[in-house]
Amino acid sequence: MRRAAILAALMLATPAGARVPPPPLANLPLPNAAQEADAKALMETIRCLVCAGQSIADSDAAMAADMRAMVRARIAAGERPEAVRAWLVDRYGREVSYDPPLSAGTAVLWAAPVLMILAGVLIARASFRKRR
Amino acid sequence: MLWAPLAGFVLLAVLVAVGLLRPADRTVLSRMVGRPVPALVLAPAVAGKPGLSTADLKGEVRLVNLFASWCAPCIAEAPQLLALKQAGVRIDGIALRDARADVTRFLADHGDPFDHIGDDPRSTAQLALGSSGVPESFVVDAAGVIRHQHVGPIMPQDMDAILAAIEDAR
Amino acid sequence: MIAEVGHAALWVAAALALAQLIFAAAAFTMRGAALADAVRPVAIVQGLAAVCAFAMLAWLFSRTDLSVLLVALNSHVDKPWLYKIAGTWGNHEGSMLLWVAVLGAAGAAYALLERQLAARTTIATLGAQAAIALGFYAFLLIASNPFTRLNPPAATGLGLNPILQDPGLAFHPPTLYLGYVGLSIAFSIAVGALVTRDVGPDLAKAMRPWVLGAWVLLTLGITAGSYWAYYELGWGGWWFWDPVENASLMPWLAATALLHSISVLAARGALRAWTVMLAVLAFSMSMVGTFLVRSGILTSVHAFAVDPARGSFILALLVIYIGGALALFGWRVGTVRQGATFTAWSREGSLVLNNLLLTAILGIVLVGTLYPLAIEALGLERVSVGPPYFNAATAPLALALMVAMVAGPLIRWRRDDWRETLAKLRLPAGLAVLVAAVVWIAAGWIGLLPLLGLAIAAAVAAGSVAPLWGRNLRRTPLFTWGMVVSHLGVAVSVAGMASESAFTQEVLVAARAGEVHEVGPFRVRFVGIEPISGPNFTALQAVLYAGRRGGAVHELKPQARSFWNPPTETREAALLTSGGGQLYAVLGRQESRGRWQLRLWWKPWVTLIWGGGALIAAGAALSILGRVTRRRRRADRTAYA
Repeated sequence: MRRAAILAALMLATPAGARVPPPPLANLPLPNAAQEADAKALMETIRCLVCAGQSIADSDAAMAADMRAMVRARIAAGERPEAVRAWLVDRYGREVSYDPPLSAGTAVLWAAPVLMILAGVLIARASFRKRR
Repeated sequence: MLWAPLAGFVLLAVLVAVGLLRPADRTVLSRMVGRPVPALVLAPAVAGKPGLSTADLKGEVRLVNLFASWCAPCIAEAPQLLALKQAGVRIDGIALRDARADVTRFLADHGDPFDHIGDDPRSTAQLALGSSGVPESFVVDAAGVIRHQHVGPIMPQDMDAILAAIEDAR
Repeated sequence: MIAEVGHAALWVAAALALAQLIFAAAAFTMRGAALADAVRPVAIVQGLAAVCAFAMLAWLFSRTDLSVLLVALNSHVDKPWLYKIAGTWGNHEGSMLLWVAVLGAAGAAYALLERQLAARTTIATLGAQAAIALGFYAFLLIASNPFTRLNPPAATGLGLNPILQDPGLAFHPPTLYLGYVGLSIAFSIAVGALVTRDVGPDLAKAMRPWVLGAWVLLTLGITAGSYWAYYELGWGGWWFWDPVENASLMPWLAATALLHSISVLAARGALRAWTVMLAVLAFSMSMVGTFLVRSGILTSVHAFAVDPARGSFILALLVIYIGGALALFGWRVGTVRQGATFTAWSREGSLVLNNLLLTAILGIVLVGTLYPLAIEALGLERVSVGPPYFNAATAPLALALMVAMVAGPLIRWRRDDWRETLAKLRLPAGLAVLVAAVVWIAAGWIGLLPLLGLAIAAAVAAGSVAPLWGRNLRRTPLFTWGMVVSHLGVAVSVAGMASESAFTQEVLVAARAGEVHEVGPFRVRFVGIEPISGPNFTALQAVLYAGRRGGAVHELKPQARSFWNPPTETREAALLTSGGGQLYAVLGRQESRGRWQLRLWWKPWVTLIWGGGALIAAGAALSILGRVTRRRRRADRTAYA
């Protein structure tokens, strides 16, 4: 009896952020494996807007589920992943993408690895030269 | 060269101090403000009230409010929406990821200021509008262009700003 | 009463830290020289007082004394006992108290054990340690007193986030803290040596056990944290480049570089200034990391909100300590004597390359983590920096580092002939090519990075055991074994990462009871859903029977838990370990009547990631043992001579 009551209570419990079940495409793969791989790769680089520091691929939030469904539906309809990303950036700004494109604002970020290595090589060279 | 590490650290400390003393507003704002409402066709969310489509959002200034019965702040903003309605503002609703019975009960409990209520079970309209949370409100002008976005519940202290935005859109 | 004793102990510790600092400073004047003898005893008592304060707080949490504000806010009468104890450090004040208690204890242990360094440098080191402790004591006493009373007492307490109710997470923060704070000794030794202008091989020998010990704990902490994120977040990932993860990775990178430069300084007397720099950097990164995590200025799954007043206090401390140490470095390092010479193609040269690459990776992680903040401060359009950036920027450097790791131990100190080295590299290189070819033929194209990862892992495995070649294994010193085991651990871990990313198979289904789904070599039968109730939650549990075709069948029970205090939902993955890989099952939502979402992954060799981490830590532990027993043997010999 108690078991049944708990089960009933849990079945009724609504997920946070929705009163409707997520669309199937939120959690089920596309039949076309290549498209699914594209969609998956894209979802891993789209930020969940209502979570802190998670991609929509790693989130249980209802909005993230709907965003996954949207990504899969658009990829299935033949849209290129970068077009889907651009559509989202067009609405939410660059912040929605975890893959910051090269621009004036991100030039320092992408140059950082090269600058680090250069600085390191200079320091190391200086110490070798002195020691010869 | 020997002072470079200190210089680097000073830079970091300044950066962190700025982040700490002027905490950034992390609200994700819509880029759709200033652009026409995207194409939407939403089915009615409750019986006896029309759904919402882009065509409905032309001809008159409107407030489009995203709400849900599962959203607690939406209860907090309900009196302000009713007051706006009283002041002659036309308000349309988008019920987000919600069930018909729950929306009906929510409107019965907290008042119904809406002319149209579109049902958005898959967040389609939310994503198209560039909205990231609920409640959220958009001021749409007579030409169907989004003129203003308000993130979060409209509280009594926000009324002036909302009314001013509506006035601007006229 | 307990709370008052704890509070008093904290004041005593603060007063003693002040005394320790004054005595140490006075010891450098003519009139105060006699005070030098008092510094060590004071440091020991100071450490005891700090540990006492923490013990009192732990006692309050174990009794759920709801008349103490901190306990009332962060604990609950219904919570399991283990998590009541873990609740002591599961909050801001308690974790800061743990931090200073470990800091005090480390200072006390150093005062008790230090025999290597010149007496003056030891005193200066203890002075620096006291200065650090004093600042954090002041922070606790002024801005975050953990012992504040609540009147009237609370009835039940406000609970604790159920996601924190996990044995992995309960012991993860203290492990990391022990590691961070172990690095404080290296920092203080570096500062002390700069003060007394005594930078030499002794400094490396004095630091080494502390850095090794801290490194063991940091490695274990990061490994455990990664495994926790893997099974607790329920999406099968093991590293998310989250700011909090990065904050723990940065001190580890600095400590790894420090460990290697210490070996050059201890053995050859070279890389003096650089070792001092890394010692300062390693603990600085520990403090910056803790601060970034605690201040809530970065967006993270794990971020804690802290009010700006507290944040400014800690920031001021960081500016004093890190800024002070770096200023001292800039001012004094010119007086550090030049070490022994070496050519580029030498063991030293390979370790310089190791340091260069590790520091560059550290720099990339730091820049990537703080970049969104910098963009915000400049008022430019906000960006999110995530895995695509970190993977692309660090992976090439990490692979280069591994190549250096194969070659380094095979090159002689001071000078070597590159032709001879290349000859020695024939076996590891051949093995790498062989592995790449076999994988390519057997599994097809798996992507450049995973393929290179597997190939280089094979080379590192071969290269790591090469130093044992032709040696009498019983006479090989323990610290050489330590290096071999740690390097082997890196190979094992990287092989796990590469195969996880290349060979993982994913199945997402909406399953009906009785259905069978296949993932990798497994057949998984969905038997049904059953409700269960735990101590403070109820859950739905999926019953799955999984087995390899024709093999034994195992039961897996992933759960969707609902906690009621506070109301939270979590997903508990169920794992089946088989042949080094894991079958990973998560129960999702109900899709429609009778259909349930199931997420199933087969991740071959995934356990190698953490197994390798444990090996790395075990190798470092062996090294400590080797150094300590050798030192004791040497001490015995001098005693009998």
